[in-house]
Amino acid sequence: MGYKAQFRVWRGDDESGELRDYVIEVNEGEVVLDIIHRLQATQAPDLAVRWNCKAGKCGSCSAEINGKPRLLCMTRMSTFDEDELITVTPMRTFPVIRDLVTDVSYNYTKAREVQSFTPPPDLKPGEYRMQQVDVERSQEFRKCIECFLCQNTCHVIRDHEENKEAFSGPRFLMRVAELEMHPLDTADRRDTAQDEHGLGYCNITKCCTDVCPEHIKITDNALIPMKERVAGRRYDPVVWLGNKLFRRSSKKS
Amino acid sequence: MTQVERHTYDVVVIGAGGAGLRAAIEARQRGLRTAVVCKSLFGKAHTVMAEGGVAASMGNANSNDNWQVHFRDTMRGGKFLNNWRMAELHAKEAPDRVWELETYGALFDRTKDGRISQRNFGGHEYPRLAHVGDRTGLELIRTLQQKIVSLQQEDHKETGDYEAKIKVFAECTITELLKDGDKIAGAFGYWRESGRFILFEAPAVVLATGGIGKSFKVTSNSWEYTGDGHALALKAGATLINMEFIQFHPTGMVWPPSVKGILVTEGVRGDGGVLRNSDGKRFMFDYIPEVFKDKYADNEEEADRWYTDPDNNRRTPDLLPRDEVARAINSEVKAGRGSPHGGVFLDISSRMPAEEIRRRLPSMHHQFKELADVDITAEPMEVGPTCHYVMGGVEVDPDTAAAKVPGLFAAGEVAGGMHGSNRLGGNSLSDLLVFGRRAGTGAADYVDGLTDRPEIAQSDVDKAAAGAVLPFDPRGGGVEENPYTLHSELQQSMNDLVGIIRKAGEIRQALQKIDEIKARIPNIAVEGHRQFNPGWHLAIDLYNMILVSECVAKAALLREESRGGHTRDDHPAMNANWRNKLLVCSTDGTDVSVVEQPQLPMRQELFELFEIGELEKYYTGEELAAHPGRKA
Repeated sequence: MGYKAQFRVWRGDDESGELRDYVIEVNEGEVVLDIIHRLQATQAPDLAVRWNCKAGKCGSCSAEINGKPRLLCMTRMSTFDEDELITVTPMRTFPVIRDLVTDVSYNYTKAREVQSFTPPPDLKPGEYRMQQVDVERSQEFRKCIECFLCQNTCHVIRDHEENKEAFSGPRFLMRVAELEMHPLDTADRRDTAQDEHGLGYCNITKCCTDVCPEHIKITDNALIPMKERVAGRRYDPVVWLGNKLFRRSSKKS
Repeated sequence: MTQVERHTYDVVVIGAGGAGLRAAIEARQRGLRTAVVCKSLFGKAHTVMAEGGVAASMGNANSNDNWQVHFRDTMRGGKFLNNWRMAELHAKEAPDRVWELETYGALFDRTKDGRISQRNFGGHEYPRLAHVGDRTGLELIRTLQQKIVSLQQEDHKETGDYEAKIKVFAECTITELLKDGDKIAGAFGYWRESGRFILFEAPAVVLATGGIGKSFKVTSNSWEYTGDGHALALKAGATLINMEFIQFHPTGMVWPPSVKGILVTEGVRGDGGVLRNSDGKRFMFDYIPEVFKDKYADNEEEADRWYTDPDNNRRTPDLLPRDEVARAINSEVKAGRGSPHGGVFLDISSRMPAEEIRRRLPSMHHQFKELADVDITAEPMEVGPTCHYVMGGVEVDPDTAAAKVPGLFAAGEVAGGMHGSNRLGGNSLSDLLVFGRRAGTGAADYVDGLTDRPEIAQSDVDKAAAGAVLPFDPRGGGVEENPYTLHSELQQSMNDLVGIIRKAGEIRQALQKIDEIKARIPNIAVEGHRQFNPGWHLAIDLYNMILVSECVAKAALLREESRGGHTRDDHPAMNANWRNKLLVCSTDGTDVSVVEQPQLPMRQELFELFEIGELEKYYTGEELAAHPGRKA
């Protein structure tokens, strides 16, 4: 059932580029990444694209297909009409290196700014005890494959380079929430979430949740609960008074 | 003189999967300046693909488990060809390595009393695999990645520089190891992004590059698995062992064609899934080998009781070691009892409620839904064997992970010996933690013991640089070759001729094909420039794949028996005279030579962990003379 598909792929580097048209064979059961690979093998041997596992587990092949943030390996060709023009462009939020490959170092910088897991100092390896129900909240966030599609789609930084400094993006706000909800983490992450990672910039439009290939409920389960915890700490009048009177330490309450 | 970016480190780790990151953590914790170099982005390594779990005899699910049982299972799985010292260290240290991950922040699934949950897996006597649903590899890689970040945060606090002691060089490929006399002096490579050259001056190099699956057409491995570490070690003068043993995982996806080979976790069978042929028959009962008859149920009733009452029933043959299951599937398909797309059926939908399948096997549910449009809670999966893992690798000292070349270390899939002729599921994640750490320690001890640092000759750097850019200016003088075409010819040949079932004549044909491709390689011509050029990258990786394929084929031709991941149609039986023989590969720069080498005999107290009746199935009479069961 092979057919010829119309592809329009962004080619270029950090200085200039253009959308280039290709006509390319498509076979039954293929995904967009297969077509990009066929382009490499037959028409454009130097077409740059990141990929690894081709099974939606590593989060390398992120791009935009007809303007929508997607994994190339998890987008089946059967979801398009045979005469449909398919446009593949690099993620817009990150600087282009070449063709479909972008510079995602912003994410690694932000990852490094999140305070690491901080277990109780006297707890020995092998002594960790946690209930399944308690680990499940953080486990959901640890399903993240770091494809950075949520970062790419988030309007706080998508067309606002100037916000990148102050805002860690949904991926790393979720990482803060993951640690905050870890049953054995002892750090209090509420102030840093707001002050260092820019939780306040998020206005819960759920775009991140919409594009997550792992279907993690980033907004509902990570960002909103995190906002509630911050609000509870900062704006609860009793907590405020307590802080004023007794200068409560920043240990988790 | 070539333009090269230079860096100086104490230890350079090549590969950022589980073994590489664990080695780097150890080297950094010993105070050494450590570089991690990887072909992909940080956190994308192939370890993420591991699904089922990490094997460690913590005894959380069954308190009868201990390191001795794990050791026995591992040796049995490898058909007693394993390096027993590695199997011993692995079984003893795996629990500590898993518990340590919890201190780094890992969140494993829990038992009712709050400890780490453990699941059943092929070849493991007790439920032994610590897991996180069916995405354990992702948890492992992320945990180690985040531990590296936490070490960088410590260094930042102390020095103001995150990368003062440990730095990740992502999307960077190493093409040559450089030596000073007989010792390692550094590594040469290029940035994939810019194509610019990079040189690491370092007295110790840890290879943690994973496997070689991309030499085969149907594989669960990603593009990175081009045998780089195997080839680097060979070219530096180290040796490889056991290269004839390739694990074909029994259950890869077979349809649609574009995802053929992608892994379907053994956890499906561990949790109750069963294999059926086109008649609906659970055919594995027909394939229980003699050596396993007392451990596996010969009827469905007993097999099904085993899931809930493992103490009083034998386990289901669906969970035989991977080599057995892969061959059984191959036979069923050949006999015309396969599924529509050339596999067999893996049925979990009739075995448990949909909700439970989604909870226990979320990635599998997702993968089949998205890639094949199959709902595994309602219909069976179609599965067949896929090239998954190479048991063979760099010959190392078990305790220090040191290769034959001073300063060179290897851990994880790129190292050989631990798994013998066949690896048990779950033993690879534990392998890379145990021996990743040991490689880090080994490298640190080695560096601490040096009196002066080795130096790199400029001429070696120039030579490495000239070799790397050859594809832009081919010297062969023949017809220009496309690297993609050569790669797919190699994959087809290895798949068809040195695959799951082998014959002498076919292996010779494959060797001819390898010679032919070798002759065409100097004619490879790539277009464009050095900046992120996948054609060029493939051309460079192809050198490694050819070298490693030659090792596999030559060793496979020599070993005239069938054992684990090496099945010879013309020598179908296991032969006790071959058990003790390792085939050792080395190269003179152009060709691979393979020689036989005997293994050291197992230490007496380990030997005595096995019943004489079991050993008789594997050992020669002479070798058993020292066993108390024989002396009695």
